[in-house]
Order: sequence, then structure tokens, then C-alpha cells
Amino acid sequence: MRAPSERDIKAGEVLLSVENVSLSFGGVKAIRDVSFDIRKGEIRAIIGPNGAGKTSMLNVINGFYTPQKGRITFKGEARRKMRPHQAAEGGIARTFQNVALFRGMTTLDNIMTGRTLKMRSNLLTQLLRFGPAMKEEVEHRQFVEEIIDFLKIQEIRRVPVGRLPYGLQKRVELGRALAMEPDLLLLDEPMAGMNLEEKEDMSRYILDVNEQFGTTIALIEHDMGVVMDLSNRVVVLDHGIKIADGAPDEVKHDQAVIDAYLGVAH
Amino acid sequence: MFYREAGQYKTTYAADLAVFPLRQDRIGIAVIIFIAAVIIPYFGSGFLIQAVMIPFLIFSLAAIGLNLLTGYTGLLSLGTGAFMGVGAYACYKLTTYFPDVNIIIWVIASGFFSAAIGVLFGLPSLRIKGFYLAVATLAAQFFLSWCFIRQPWFYNYNASGAIEVPTRTLFGIPITGATATDNTRYYVVLVIVIAMTWLASNLVHGRIGRMWMAVRDMDLAAELIGIRLLRTKLLAFAVSSFYCGVAGALLVFLWYGGAEPAVFDVNLSFFILFMIIIGGLGSLIGSYFGAALIFILPIVLRYLPPRFGIPVQSATVEHVQFMIIGALIVFFLIVEPNGLARLWQVAKQKLRVWPFPY
Amino acid sequence: MDLLYKIFIDPFIQMGTAPDLLLQTLWDGLVAGVLYSLIALGFVLIFKASGVFNFAQGIMVVFAALTLVGLHEHGVPAFLALGITIAVMLALAVGVERLMLRPLVNQPDIILFMATFGLTYFLIGLGEVVFGSEPKVMIAEQLWLPRGAIEFKMGANGFVALQKIDIAAAVIATLMVIALAVFFQSTRIGRALRAVADSHKAALSVGISLEQIWVIVWFAAGLVALTTGIMWGARSEVSFALEIIALKALPVLILGGFTSIPGAIVGGLIIGVGEKLGEFYWGPLLGSGIESWLAYVIALIFLLFRPQGLFGDKIIERI
Repeated sequence: MRAPSERDIKAGEVLLSVENVSLSFGGVKAIRDVSFDIRKGEIRAIIGPNGAGKTSMLNVINGFYTPQKGRITFKGEARRKMRPHQAAEGGIARTFQNVALFRGMTTLDNIMTGRTLKMRSNLLTQLLRFGPAMKEEVEHRQFVEEIIDFLKIQEIRRVPVGRLPYGLQKRVELGRALAMEPDLLLLDEPMAGMNLEEKEDMSRYILDVNEQFGTTIALIEHDMGVVMDLSNRVVVLDHGIKIADGAPDEVKHDQAVIDAYLGVAH
Repeated sequence: MFYREAGQYKTTYAADLAVFPLRQDRIGIAVIIFIAAVIIPYFGSGFLIQAVMIPFLIFSLAAIGLNLLTGYTGLLSLGTGAFMGVGAYACYKLTTYFPDVNIIIWVIASGFFSAAIGVLFGLPSLRIKGFYLAVATLAAQFFLSWCFIRQPWFYNYNASGAIEVPTRTLFGIPITGATATDNTRYYVVLVIVIAMTWLASNLVHGRIGRMWMAVRDMDLAAELIGIRLLRTKLLAFAVSSFYCGVAGALLVFLWYGGAEPAVFDVNLSFFILFMIIIGGLGSLIGSYFGAALIFILPIVLRYLPPRFGIPVQSATVEHVQFMIIGALIVFFLIVEPNGLARLWQVAKQKLRVWPFPY
Repeated sequence: MDLLYKIFIDPFIQMGTAPDLLLQTLWDGLVAGVLYSLIALGFVLIFKASGVFNFAQGIMVVFAALTLVGLHEHGVPAFLALGITIAVMLALAVGVERLMLRPLVNQPDIILFMATFGLTYFLIGLGEVVFGSEPKVMIAEQLWLPRGAIEFKMGANGFVALQKIDIAAAVIATLMVIALAVFFQSTRIGRALRAVADSHKAALSVGISLEQIWVIVWFAAGLVALTTGIMWGARSEVSFALEIIALKALPVLILGGFTSIPGAIVGGLIIGVGEKLGEFYWGPLLGSGIESWLAYVIALIFLLFRPQGLFGDKIIERI
């Protein structure tokens, strides 16, 4: 893994900006007036103690939750309310803490579903299978195979994902997200439940995705080592409020952040 | 030993994507089609064709229809009977108004009517999920059943409330009505069912099938991928109802020769549902297995005991058959929730390594 | 214009000019509603405690009634027959728990739901084989249930007739609901039932025996089914047609929520009254018999606006 000093803050344009977003469920305020941005091509970590609102933040970016206040600007377009499939069409892909794979399908099929938006054939051609539908299927199969090679999951192509160990499931989920060729990839605790080796593998994949494909990545992660090594910039949430925002080194030494993690009342 | 893929390697993705990648499977299918198309009509008795094969094929088609909706897309439907009825009555009205148009065209067209009704009653699936959706389909079932009984327009104001199928021909040969022979009707049904099975297979192995299964497995994640839930669900309703509608039209026109509205009641819906539960949800071949078991079992029960000299009343047979079907459903759900289709897969797996144990 | 008049004005005029008919219809609706509520109650009991939607509740009603009447036909005195039937329902509960629920304990709900389909058909077949399929007469008198009707006059020529058996049914239903409510809230077993309804795993971890709870719950549902069967049989007859009527409990549950006892009552009454009013005043417009689907359409419309029912918990999906 890279040493922290080698990860520079990318000075690229802003891909997504969260502006004064507030979100509550009934009486519970999950997010309170949070603003930050994500620059194109960077790896942005969102960290914070449990219950800080990190997953809710991703859900807002994704379109699952609509914030009561504030808005999200993505690729220049501002909006408050968005359906998840619109987020997908816009180029946002996502993985989940609890692995949201389609358990009834194989690895290959799961990743192929990621290509749904890119496939154009309609009902009629699908009914006939040979001809244009098959051609398209093969084309996308080729792309998916490249992802499978990249993630080194060739052996488990035909295994129903329900039978895979947790670590592999997470990799397949990453593959499905990559199949969407997203501009912005949201990863919700991609390392959760992994041992050291698995974490190193996953970190390598995340870095490769960022460097080789140029995908902008926002990730929630608890492992500080991973956060420091992978991310260009970090935003820290606590109880729904943003308490720090900057390079990993700055954030690491920020007193408010240390207090939040140590549970000091403030 | 025989059922191995050794030596069969695929060099293109297209070959790998084939529905039956193993040569042995392809041969198997060819054999089955040969038996169905040649052996059975030639050697089979009229009874076999009329009372077993034709209805078996028709129910398999309906089972495929329901399986597409409930097995592949995860939308429980209790309205199958009604959708089949729509197809039957649509065909009847169409051929009443336009008796010169080929009946096959009307059979297919009635599928579209059924599809439209299916989409209409599927609209609630936007807001209503899972089990509650079954109630919407029940509403469809009871409402349409009522229409067939109480709205005389459906049965051409016939005094008895029942419909009788007029004679229609194809290339000069009668295929419906009293003069059509068993074999003729059998061939028509066979061709239609095989063709529609092939189409269904193409659908479920491609992008649309994956979309349906994604909606079934986790609709939130499916939305994430960009799948539009309402469209996908409505498409499932449409295609499923199309299949059920055609099955209904075939039921009346190429099997019964007539119908009373009671034929398409809620019991038929349950009947088909049991077929796919036992046969295997989310499996086309399972639809065939389920139809075979649920449909042929009663026939066996009715005709076997007399062969052994055990006198059995027909009423008792029907009651015992209910008990057996009920017990079988529970049994299958315990032993193999994925139905006969999974048992078949397991058997094939064992066959691959035969004569070795593993 | 004429059509609009027929739909929106005329029925209400009819209601006003013949209030005795209106009251009679309302009463008939309430009576049917009580019976729907009882069936729905059985569903709620089982669903609350095990998450299983017991499609077989309807056939349990028929089966219980058949057992009772069948025993009596063979010469067993009425109240002894009642006792034996109760024992049979207990045996049924034990059988279902051991042969169906235990093997399927970790399966998703939809599998258990489908298993109850199997149970339904099995009981239909069993009932027909053992008791025959002709309709039977309920032994209402032998069970000391009242006969006859109370009539009272209304207005100039009208009168309303309330069958005593219906009044008895309403009273018995109310008592049963109160008893169940008290049972759930105050007793140890009731608490355990609520715990199991919330989370099987958590209940297990505090030492609650799931198997015992399920037997108790299915037995309770069986008792409710027996009561329903007696009441309904006393009104009309005991036949397998009742089984389809049990499907009507679905709209009741949708209105009232699947886990609420008061909801089952309110829902049942609403559906009962709604159906009868609809059939009587609007039915002739469309052709009679709209009772067969009106309840479902009402439920459907309801679902579109309030997917969790009147009393159900709002479904919040956490990702």
C-alpha cells in the first residue's frame, strides 16, 4: 500500500457537491446541514463513529432518501429528489454494507445485470435471441469478462452468489458496480468483515479502479489505516454534522475528530 | 460416463451462452420432440391424446405463464384462471365477429387482450408489494369471473351461459369443433406450445430474464442498477398474461370444445399455482414437470385402482387426490423448495459423474 | 346524466324512503362482518405469533364444524361432541406444528404460505373423505343457541328482523375478542406470544419454546375457527362453500392490518357492511352478485392509498 504522502489532493473539477443537506426520519435527525464536495478522479472517504449518518449520506446521493433540505449537484445538475434508477442512469453506482447481490443468480449473471442500462435490445429482439440480441449479449459478456479478469473471480463465474463466502460476495458486488461504468462509485464499508489479506486485495482493486478507469470513488470505511492510505481527501461526520474536511493527515490530527472517536462529550 | 462435457469446449462466447451447451442435452431435446411429434400421435390411443397429452401441453403453457410472473419476477398472482378466461372469451368473441379469419390468428390475438388486462391489474404493483399484490390479482380473478357469468355479452346471450366452439379450419382441415380429429388438434397445440416455450426460453436467458430475477431477488438493488421497477413488473404481467390467455383459448377451442364460466374460477388459479410450486419456481422445465404431476396424478388415481380390481368411487378419488396434492405440496416444500426442477438438476449432476459417486 | 343520477342520487333516495330496508341491510352487513372478523381473527392470531399467513384458516372453520356435526350424527351427545372437537383441533395444531412448521422453520415466509395451501387442500380432501361432501345442518339447538328472530316495526309499514342467532354470534364474538385481548396482554403466555411475533431468534434466546407457542397459537386459531364454524353453520349450513368465503378475510386483513386484533374486527365490519350495502343498492345497476368481488376491489383501492392498512405498522425499509 502506498505511503500517505504520495496521495495528492486532486485539484480536478467538482463532480458532485452536497449542499446544506438535512435529513430526518420522523424525529431522528440523521444529517444536519452537511456540505462537502467530491472532485473528479479522487478517492473521498466519509468517516465517523457509528450512527454518524454516513450510510444515510450515501443513500441521499444515490436517490434512496430525499433530504428535507438542501440539494445535490451532480455533473452540473442540481436536484433534491431523485429516484435510484435516475442516479444509475446519471452514472452513479453503489455497493452495500450488507451485500445486495441477487441471490438467485450466478456471479456472471449478477455482473451482467450491471450492464442493463447499456443494453439496448428490446422485447422483440430478445424474444428471438439469435441475431441482434445475441450479438449484444456477446458484446457485453466480453466486457463483463474483462471485469471478471480484473477482479480475479474467474472460477466462480457459474456459482450462485448465495453460496460464496462473504469476501468474494463483496468482490462480485464491486464487479457489478463496475459493470455500470460509473462516473461515481459509492462504496459502503467495502472492507467490513474482511481479514488483513482480503483488505489488502480490496484496497488494491479500489486503487486500480481509480487509477486505471479514472472512476471517482466515495467510500465509507472504519479502518483508519485503509482510509489514510487510499483516500485523497476525507470528510468526517459525527451525529449528522460535518466536523472535519481535508487531507487525511490534517483530519487525523484534528482535535474534534479525535474527540468524536474517543467519545468525548462535545 | 455418457453425460459428460469432456471434449466439449466452447471457443466463442456465443457458444457458451447457448441454452443447451451440452451436446447430450441437445440430443435429449431432439429425442423428446421426436417422441412428441411422431411416436405419440402414431402409436398413442385417442384417449392418450385427448385426455392426457393435449391438456398437459396446455396446462404447461399456462404454468410457464404463471412461472414467468411468480417464479421469475416474484409477483404472486392468484388470477391465472381469470387471465386464461380472458383469452378464451376474447377468442370466442373475435371469431364470432370475424368468422373468416384464421382461428390461430385469433388465438394469438386473444393473448394480447389478456396481456392488456394483465397490465391493468398489474398497475397496483407499483405501490403494493409481495403478498398484498396477491389481493389485487384476486380482485381481478373474482371480478372477471363475475363478468363471464353475469355479462351475457361474453357468451353471445346464450341461454345456458356456456359457450360452444364453432368449427374452424386451417388449410382446409378442421381444427376446432366437433369434426376436428384428436391428432389434428394435438399437432396444433404442440406446435404452438413448443414455439412459445422457445420464446419464453429466449426471454429468460437474456437481459429481460435477468431484470425480472433482479426484481424478484432484491428490488432495491435492481433499482440501483438502473432497472425501472414498474416497467419491468408490468412487462412481466403482460407476457405472463399473454401466455395464460393463449393457454385459455387453446383450452376452450382445442380441448374442451366449449366452456362454462366456472371453468376459469379461483380453483384453476390455485391449480396452476400448485403446478409451479411443485414443479419449481423460476424454471421452465419445472413448469412442465409440475403440470405433469398435478394433471396426470388424478388420471392415474382414477384409472389405476380399477385395473387392480379395487372399486373406487369417482367422488372418493377426487377427494383423495386433494389430500395427496396437499400432502405433496407440503412434502416438496420441506424436502425441496425448488421443486421437481431442482431434483432434476441434482439427478443430472449425479449422472455427470456416474458411475462414480462424486 | 341519467347514469350519474342512478349511481349517485337514486340509491340514497332509496335509503331514505325505506329506512327499514336500510337498517335491515346494515344489520345483515354487520352480521356478515362479524363472521368475517372471526375468520380474520384466526389469521391474525397465527400471523402475529409466527409470521405465517395461514391460508388454511377457512378450511379449519369448515373442518371444525364438520367434525362437530359428524360426531353428533353418529350419536355423540352435543356437548361431548363439542369437547371431542376441541380435542381434535388441538391434535390438528400439534400435527401442523410437528409436520409442517418445524421442518420449515427457517424458510422464507412465502414458502410457509404455500405450505398452508397444501394444508388447505389436504384438509379439504380429508374432510370430504371422512364426512362426505353434502352440506350438513349445524346442531344449533343442541348447543343451546337461540332460534327465531326479534322483529320490530319501523315507520308505517316497515319492519326489521334481527335473527337471535346473529345477536348471539355478535355477543360470543365480542366475548372471544375480549378474552383474547386480555390473554395477550396480561398472561405470561400472551407475553411470550408477542415476543415470538417480534423476533423468533430473540424469543429463543430468552428461553421461549417456539414449538409450544406455535401449538398454542394454532390451537387458539382452531378454537376461533370452531366458534366461527358453529355460528356460520347455524345461520346457513355447513358446506365446503365456506372455504371460498374465507378468502374474503383477505380484504378484511388488508383494511385492518395483518397483526391487529381490533383491526380484524373493524375491518370485518367495514367489509361486511360495505358489501351488503353495495350489493343491495348498487348491485342492480351492474347485474347482481357484485358481492363476489366488491370486497376485493375495496381492499385494492385501500391498498393504493394506505399500503399498511388501517391499523398496521407503517413499513419503513432500511437499507
